[in-house]
Amino acid sequence: MARRGDGSRRMGASLSRALLRDRYRAWQQHHRLSAADSLHRILESPVSSLLTCLVIGIALALPVSLDVALDNIGRLGGAWDSPAQISLFLGAAPAGGSRELAAQLHDREDIARATFVPREQALEEFSGLSGFGDILSSLEENPLPDLVLVTPRKDLSQPAVAALREELLALPEVEEAVLDLVWLQRLQALMGVGQRIVLAMGGVLVLGAVLILGNTIRLAIENRREEIVVVKLVGGSNGFVRRPFLYTGLWYGVGGGLVGALLVTGALWYLAGPVGRLAASYDSDFRLAGPGFMGVLELILVGGLAGLAGAWLAVARHLRAIQPR
Amino acid sequence: MISFDRVSKRYPEGHDALREVSIDIARDELVFLTGHSGAGKSTLLRLIMLMDRPTRGRVVVDGRDLGRVRARGIPRHRRDIGVVFQNHLLLNDRPVFDNVALPLVIGGYDHREIGRRVRAALDKVGLLERERAMPVTLSGGEQQRVGIARAVVGRPRILLADEPTGNLDPALSAEIMHLFEQFNQVGVTILIASHDLVLISRLHHRTFTLREGRLVGGGAH
Repeated sequence: MARRGDGSRRMGASLSRALLRDRYRAWQQHHRLSAADSLHRILESPVSSLLTCLVIGIALALPVSLDVALDNIGRLGGAWDSPAQISLFLGAAPAGGSRELAAQLHDREDIARATFVPREQALEEFSGLSGFGDILSSLEENPLPDLVLVTPRKDLSQPAVAALREELLALPEVEEAVLDLVWLQRLQALMGVGQRIVLAMGGVLVLGAVLILGNTIRLAIENRREEIVVVKLVGGSNGFVRRPFLYTGLWYGVGGGLVGALLVTGALWYLAGPVGRLAASYDSDFRLAGPGFMGVLELILVGGLAGLAGAWLAVARHLRAIQPR
Repeated sequence: MISFDRVSKRYPEGHDALREVSIDIARDELVFLTGHSGAGKSTLLRLIMLMDRPTRGRVVVDGRDLGRVRARGIPRHRRDIGVVFQNHLLLNDRPVFDNVALPLVIGGYDHREIGRRVRAALDKVGLLERERAMPVTLSGGEQQRVGIARAVVGRPRILLADEPTGNLDPALSAEIMHLFEQFNQVGVTILIASHDLVLISRLHHRTFTLREGRLVGGGAH
C-alpha cells in the first residue's frame, strides 16, 4: 500500500518538492494526452469537423478580406500623385503679369507644375459646369479672378506643402491661396468609417464564431455525458474533465483560422488578374497586397482564441451540471 | 475506517432515505450491507462517495470528516476510494486497458507505472489476455471484473461495491465475491451492498441490514 500522500507527509520537504514535480509532470502529460486525444476525435469525423471549421473560417474571412481591401485602397490613395494642389487666386493685375508669375513658379524646384487659368476661361468652365450660365452671362463683369494651379513636387511632405502655401500667399500678386486637400481628407474619413465597419463586423462575427464553437463543444459534452460521469466518479477533477473540451475548441478555432486564411488568399489570387489589368490600363504597377505571413498567423491566433473562448463558455455552463446521479 | 454517526438523509421531495443510521466499519473489515431495494443502501454508499451530503449526522471516512470536504476536495476524496458499480459504468469506446487505467491517468501516474499496475490488476481478475478487447465484446461477468480491476488499480484502502453480482448467475457471483475476499485479505476495507441474501449468508462476514432507511440489524457475524 504505497500511497503517495502518506509518503510525502512522512518524509518532509525534499519529497514534497519531488511530489510537486511529479504533479507538474502529470499535469503536463495530461495536457499532451488531451491535446492529442481531442485532435484525434476531430479527425475521426472529418466531414463534420471540416464543416465546423468552414463556418468559423467564413466568419473570420469576411472582416479580414474587408480589412485587406481597405488596406489596398489606402495604399492606392498613398500611391496617387501628390494629392495637394494649391489654387492661387490672383488680384486685379494685367493678364500678362499673371502668365509670367505662372512661368516663374513653374521654374521653382519645389513645384512640379504651375498652370495659368485666365479668368475668361475660368468663367467659361464654371458656367458650363455649374449650370448658372444664364445668370453669369447676365452679369456685366466677370466676377472671377485669374487663377494659377500649382502642383507641388511629389515628394513634398504635407507640412512642406502647407509651408509652400504660406510662402505663395505672401507673394504680392496673390490674394488667396487654397490648399485643396478636401478629397484626400474625404478619402481618409471614408477609410476611417470603413475601418470602424470592419471592426464592428469583425467583433460581431468573432462573437458569432465563439457562440458557434460554444454550441459545438456543448454537443461534444452531451455526447460524452456518460464518460464525464464515470471520470467524475473515479475522482477526475473539474480541470481534468474540462481539458479535452478546451483543446477541442482550440483545434476547431485554429482550423477555422486556417480555412479563413485560405479563403482570403484564394480571393486575392482570384482578383489579382483583373486588378492587375485595371491598374495597367491606368499605367500603374499597383498590385493587390495580401494579409501577409503575420496576418495569417494573427488570423489563426484569433481563431484559436475564439475557439478557446467558446469552449470555456460551454464548459463553464454545462460541465458543472453533469454530476453523478 | 468508515463511520456513520446518527446520519439522516432526506431528499428534497420529502423522502427519508436514511434515518439516524450509525455504523462503524473497522480497518481491514469486509462488511455486507443489505436490504430491499429502496431501503437506503445506495444512499449510504452515495454519502461515502460524496455524491450526496447527509441532512443530519456525521460521516467519517479514513479519518476524514466528510462534512469538511468542500466541492474542490471531492475528486481527491474519490481517488482514495475504489468503487464497483452494478451497471459496470465502463467507457464503451475504449478498450479494457484504457478503462482500467483511467484512475491512474487521473492520478497522473507515469505511463510505465500505469502499464505495470493495469496488467497486475487485470491479471488479478483473470482478464490479462483481454486488455485490447472492447467492453461490449465481453460477457457481463467479464465486464464486472473489468470494473473491479478499475476499482482496485489505484490500490485504495477502501473498496465500495453496489450490487456487484446483481445480474450474474450464482457461480459467477461466488467467483466475484471470492475476488473481494482476496482483496480484503491484503488489507482493503470493503463494503458491499447486495440483496443476494443466499450468497451473503454463505460467506461469514458482518452484515448491516437496512429497512426503510433504518438500521435493523448490524454488527452480527
